Amino acid sequence: MSPTDALLTVTGLQKSFGGNQVLRSIDLDLADGQVTALVGPSGSGKTTVLRCLNGLETPDGGTVAFRGGPSVDFGAKVSRKEALSLRDRSAMVFQTYNLFPHMTVLENIIEGPVRVQKRARKDAVSDAERLLDRVGLADKRNDHPFNLSGGQQQRVGIVRALALQPDLLLFDEPTSALDPELVGEVLTVIKELAEEKWTMVIVTHELAFAREVADEVVFMDGGVVVEHGHPDQVLRNPREERTRRFVQRLLNPF
Amino acid sequence: MDWELLRTSFWPMLSGGLTGTIPLSLASFVLGLALALVVALMRISGQPVLSAIARFYVSVIRGTPLLVQLFVIFYGLPSIGLTINPWPSAIIAFSLNVAGYAAEIVRAAILSVPKGQWEAGHTIGMSRSLTLRRIILPQAARVSVPPLSNTFISLVKDTSLASLILVTELFREAQQIASFSQEFLLLYMEAAAIYWVFCLVLSSGQSALEKRLDRYVAH
Repeated sequence: MSPTDALLTVTGLQKSFGGNQVLRSIDLDLADGQVTALVGPSGSGKTTVLRCLNGLETPDGGTVAFRGGPSVDFGAKVSRKEALSLRDRSAMVFQTYNLFPHMTVLENIIEGPVRVQKRARKDAVSDAERLLDRVGLADKRNDHPFNLSGGQQQRVGIVRALALQPDLLLFDEPTSALDPELVGEVLTVIKELAEEKWTMVIVTHELAFAREVADEVVFMDGGVVVEHGHPDQVLRNPREERTRRFVQRLLNPF
Repeated sequence: MDWELLRTSFWPMLSGGLTGTIPLSLASFVLGLALALVVALMRISGQPVLSAIARFYVSVIRGTPLLVQLFVIFYGLPSIGLTINPWPSAIIAFSLNVAGYAAEIVRAAILSVPKGQWEAGHTIGMSRSLTLRRIILPQAARVSVPPLSNTFISLVKDTSLASLILVTELFREAQQIASFSQEFLLLYMEAAAIYWVFCLVLSSGQSALEKRLDRYVAH
């Protein structure tokens, strides 16, 4: 695929915290409607990649370019406004949901569309209701987040991201904080989004899920992409020794 | 016990409380809280100069007696040609003082909101100031109600110091009636009782406010 076809092209992304170089040089191409699973040991920089794409971290170098803009070269001097413009195209789902506890479910969802995107409240509400209905939470619209289970909160987190009508959905270990019996309901929603051809990047430890849903698996370790490709290839027949060891460890933890 | 004196002194004192103590407390608290928010935001701004100014302010206010602050403004400033009337002097002194204490409370309350809440605000496209206003401050408010109530209750009692710069409030009424009648114990106890009732009302207001804000948080 040539870079011009991609919805998002990342080249040479670098990020250090203090003296610790978390991302050495990351290249990524995301095609429209493609689901990319970012896997790798903890500390490998997966989450940092995601956060850079959403403007929650400012990279030290490299380029993040959306087709049709914005395109930001972090090697040059970048204004805060420019760095944050990336946020207009993507939306993030957090590991710990980060719903707003002082707002109802509905208020959580329409906050961005109404306050930031300045959409009419009526439209935002009807969109929110439709999305809530889709994830099976229509009856929870007036509840506060603390009255919901973890799985329900994460589904609201996903709806909150969808309500922004982003081109790219970013999931940061969306099921890692959940009790095992609640993981399924969240993965089901993500799988449905994949079937609807949303472009998504998912940081996950659920390798079985990655194999089922992802079009491409990217294995990271030590701040570089070690190997990437079709899920069956990367997760079943890894070319690299580091990938093989990682997959083995997850499949046979004891 | 001189019941007649108790009765005739009650209304002037209560009226001193209602027209002096309470408006003075409310005005100073509202202004002080607004200033406290500014000082707290300077402290956590990450800008070394702003943060140093804020720290210096808090240090001076907390490190000097309120009575001295009051006297500097009312009796001191006229020496440099700045004469301020009793009421504005009192409001300035009390709000500056409240701000010094409340700034630390507000700062701690803002910092107590998890970092993920800022990030969630940012990720839906909010600027820092919008996130602060819509996401962080409503949550910080709940945390800061108990300590700010303490500050407010202290303030109500501290306004009695305004009697020393000629503001007509509860305690100044008590002093005047006492010096006239020479019944010091009775009248000062009566003043104390009225302050106490004011503070009881405030405490119950605090509980009601906490209950109201508790709707939002898990237990």
